[in-house]
Amino acid sequence: MADRSGTKGTAVAEITLAVSRDVVAARQAVARVLKERGLSAMRITRFATAVSEIARNAIVHGGGGRISIYLDPGKAYLRVECRDDGPGIEDVTLAMTEGYTTAGGLGRGLGGAKRLSHDFEIRSAPGEGTTVSMSVKL
Amino acid sequence: MSGVTSINLVENALLVSIQDDVTDTEIVELQDTLSNRIAKENVKGVILDISSLEIVDTFVGRVIAQLAGISRLLAADTYVVGMRPAVAVTLVELGMYLPETRTALSLTHALSQLRRG
Repeated sequence: MADRSGTKGTAVAEITLAVSRDVVAARQAVARVLKERGLSAMRITRFATAVSEIARNAIVHGGGGRISIYLDPGKAYLRVECRDDGPGIEDVTLAMTEGYTTAGGLGRGLGGAKRLSHDFEIRSAPGEGTTVSMSVKL
Repeated sequence: MSGVTSINLVENALLVSIQDDVTDTEIVELQDTLSNRIAKENVKGVILDISSLEIVDTFVGRVIAQLAGISRLLAADTYVVGMRPAVAVTLVELGMYLPETRTALSLTHALSQLRRG
């Protein structure tokens, strides 16, 4: 996986994820930026929903985390990176499987977030937290 | 801003307007409050106005589906009104079809169906 440090682009916003109100703040921040960039309601809703799923996961499974929003250097994508220092995911492929859940949810969040994003990547290992990087085309 | 949700009795139904900044905690509280009011006020229907919601993710979708299931057990029908097209498209992409709920395009439509029932 490519190391994007230094090439992440311009930071637009950063939100700490600790309580459920922070999930609202994260998706609203993303929606606001996309609105400013003139995206259609359809595309804003799809990506903001994906961000909502991931932000909630960081709180529920990761014990809290941080979400950063970047405008990529070419300004063609908005990238959202969500990190937590939780227990990490043992088997990412299994976690992405439709219907698989560890917290009594529907098991549709991760796979759904991937489908609603332009590109989507999870980096995780047991004990090392989880980082989800996702983007939408501008 | 807070996700304060209003609940009003309109004819024989509880009209619930969910605000866009509603949190997971608040929507779960809403489920409890509504369950109690459906039983106590003996209503025939619950109308969830989600026109303010720019997004409905799997969590909120699941709570809406559960709420509809609870209403059904308490002999009330649940109508979802005002769903934005973008929300409908996204819900389907998430595999959420909310089978327990009835959808109506407007409040008027939902109320007229409840009168008929």
